[in-house]
Formats: sequence, structure tokens, C-alpha cells
Amino acid sequence: MKVRIPTPLRSYTRNEANVHADGATVADILADLDRQFPGIAFRIVDEQSRLRQHMVVWLDGERCRDLSAPVEGLDEVVIMQALSGG
Amino acid sequence: MTDTLLDAPAGPGRPEWEPARDAMPADLDGPMLLVGTRKGAWMLAADTARASWAIAGPMFLGHVVQHLVRDPRDGRTLLMATKTGHLGPTVFRSTDDGRTWSEASKPPAFRAGDTFGRAVRTVFWLAPGHPDEPGAWYAGASPQGLFRTTDAGDTWEPVDGWNDHPRWGDWAEWPDVEGTPDGSMLHSVMVDPRDPSHLYIGLSGGGVFESLDRGNDWHPMNAGCAADFFPEPVEFGHDPHCVRMHPLRPDRLYQQNHCGIYRIDRPSTTWERIGDNMPRDVGDIGFPVELHPRDPDTAWVFPMDGTDVWPRTSPDGRPAVFVTHDAGSTWTRQSTGLPPRGWFTVKRQAMTVDRDDPVGVYFGTTSGELWGSRDEGATWTLIAAHLPEIYSVEVA
Repeated sequence: MKVRIPTPLRSYTRNEANVHADGATVADILADLDRQFPGIAFRIVDEQSRLRQHMVVWLDGERCRDLSAPVEGLDEVVIMQALSGG
Repeated sequence: MTDTLLDAPAGPGRPEWEPARDAMPADLDGPMLLVGTRKGAWMLAADTARASWAIAGPMFLGHVVQHLVRDPRDGRTLLMATKTGHLGPTVFRSTDDGRTWSEASKPPAFRAGDTFGRAVRTVFWLAPGHPDEPGAWYAGASPQGLFRTTDAGDTWEPVDGWNDHPRWGDWAEWPDVEGTPDGSMLHSVMVDPRDPSHLYIGLSGGGVFESLDRGNDWHPMNAGCAADFFPEPVEFGHDPHCVRMHPLRPDRLYQQNHCGIYRIDRPSTTWERIGDNMPRDVGDIGFPVELHPRDPDTAWVFPMDGTDVWPRTSPDGRPAVFVTHDAGSTWTRQSTGLPPRGWFTVKRQAMTVDRDDPVGVYFGTTSGELWGSRDEGATWTLIAAHLPEIYSVEVA
């Protein structure tokens, strides 16, 4: 499955904006990303398996914060950072 | 999934960070300053006279760099506590003066399934461990967790004796982690150079706590300290802003507290308010306290305005360092060279000293200025300006 990576995380993906990851849920996708790009998942999800406050996942255009949400059959998972900071 | 994330493989496969930076002139062999800011890190190096400084950076531009510390034991390893506005907190490591960095393969984190549901929001404080335990470091966090590494910052484990102490929920600012401006934090992690089992920590807010068994058990140590924000005296809940142990006299600690400047000489368990000896029109509120590396009677503070709504700028907008040479009995104003008027704050990690003779004293401001004195505070010079808000200054 295609996964779009936001700019703050591209240091992990060697500057790749689009990568591939496999899995049945958002959590699976993040775990697969972490296998490919070690360290990336902990910047997105905290140690209690909660999506960090300023991160958001889009599933085929639908905003999602549920890591157990299924992704099978979708075309694309988009990881984005919400607006924050100054 | 959490276990998978935290157990990610170390070393190969992790990206090597190569932040853009200027080359540091190789012929400078004076002190080096490590500056953490709200938007990246800088390094500055001086000649032996400390008369001229070269600056290199930014490193990790746009990252919130809370603390950048060099390991005094190997003189080589740098650890950086950082996060960004969006991404979670982590620790980066460098062994080549910041030219390249690698991320901790297991950053500080509470245990999955934590009773309180805690997650590290900020790695706030980095402290090298005991001199006889190379590679050991402690990290203090927000929420007020304590973490330890034994492999020079690559993998971190929670200090369960603190994080899961039966009284933690009483002692720590929880769940009101926003109670302190910029959030609650655990700071001032100190290891007794005579005994690696003897630890002190500071909680802002919460107080000073001591452990005699390497962090397995803890007790509050706040007697004598004011906590004016409570209606009655309390055993804990105080707000130590910065606590320092003298390296040559580890039984002596100084504390810049939300409610005054204090000193304690163990085995006493009662702090003495040495800030009562400060000029009344200045008061004894501030964030940092720094100690002379060879004279346990000499300490520097940077007072701030704690009146009214707590502006936290210098009293009357007249920036000044104050020094004591008699363990707090008397204090002397040191402002020669500083601007007559200025409206900035010096945060608790943003003041430090070098080990030269005479000692160099340095502080960074929330307005991005780095000031230094090579005569123990008698005169001050602007070393760098126009940096982002400075969070920490350490001598490497």
C-alpha cells in the first residue's frame, strides 16, 4: 500500500515522500514502516499506542485517529502533521 | 504494537542525521559552549583567552532542543534531547562534535500499559551518570519520569523505583502536567560522586527528592523551603527551579526555588534560605543557579521579577547576575557590560560555568542572546545574538 510521508518524517525515509507498507490496520502499517525505517513510528505514536497530538492519518481522504482502523482495500494511507507550533 | 516500536533494531538501518552546519575552526582550544534553543542547536568555541568565539550551526534547525550535553567522562559523546512541534520526543547522539548524529534506538519512554497512561512529552534534562559508570546517563522528562541508559544514550529504560513509586501520584504534578509554565518537568538529576546509589532529583513542581539505593526508593527533602502557593506548609509540592551539587563538596547543594534561594549542607535535612540576604528590591526569585567548580562557597544566580503576575524578567528590567563568595551570606551585583535595560528571562538550563581560571560564566536569554564573562562575572560580553529562544547552555 502506498503511504505518503510528511516532510518532518522524511529524514527517516531518506527523503522519500511516498513509500510502501503492508498491513491490515493503521497500526500494522506503522509497524511495517518502523521495520523499514527504524524510529519513525515512535515519532508518530506514543508508548501507550496513541497517535501523537499533532499527527493525523488520512485513509482514502477520511481523517482517522484510530490505530485499529482497517486499511485493507484502500489505495493510500496519508500521514500528516496537524498545524502546531510557531 | 508498542513493543515493536520500542524494540526497533539499533545501529544499521537507522538513518544517519547529517544536519547542515558550519565547520568549527580547528585552531580554537578554549571552552566550547553547547546551546539548545527552541529552534535548533548551536556550538560555540573560544580561543584560549576566551576573547573570540566561533559559532557553528544551526544543527537540527526547527527542532526543539531542550538540552545538549557532552559526556565529561569520555569527552566525546554528545547527547541531545529534542522533539519537534509535531513529532514525539527523542534523543540524538554524536561522537564527532556534532558532524553526524544517530537517534537513540530506544528513546526514553514509560512502559507500555503504564498505570497512569503516561507518555513522555518532552525529554527535558540529561545528566551523565557516575564517573565510574561510563555510558550511564539519566534523563528527566515531562511528565515527571526518570529514565536511565547504560549504553551512552542508545537505549533507555524507565527507573521504575521512581516512575512507579507508590507515592508518585502524590508527589508529581499529575494529571495537571500543565501546572507549571511550559509544563511540569523532572530536572536537576544529580549523582553523588562518592556513591552512585545516592541520587537527587528536582520536580518542578513537586520538590527535591533523594534516593539512597540507586533510585529504587525515594523520599522528599524540602524542609525549610517555602511553598508560598500553598495555604499551609507542606512536605512536598515545592517548586525547585534548579538544584546543583558541588562536585568537590557533594554534601553541599544550592537551590534556586520558585520561592527563594537555598543551601543545604548534608547530613542536615533542612534547607537554609540564603536568598534572604539578597537586596530586598531584587529579591531571590529566579531559574538558574550555578556553582564555582573549585570553590563551594561561590555561586551565581540570575534574579527575576516574581512580583505581581510574575513577569519573570529581570527586576525593574535591569539585567544582572548576583554572586556569593561566602555560601550565601552576602551577594554582589554583577552587571558591568550588560544592557541597562532588558526584558528577557534566563531559563534554568541556560546558565553555566567553565573550568578555566578565572572561571567563565555564561548565560543565554529567551531573546536569543548569549552572554559570557571570563572574569567570574565582573564584566560581561555579548557572545552571540539573534538566536532563537535559548533553552540550555552547557560547557563541553
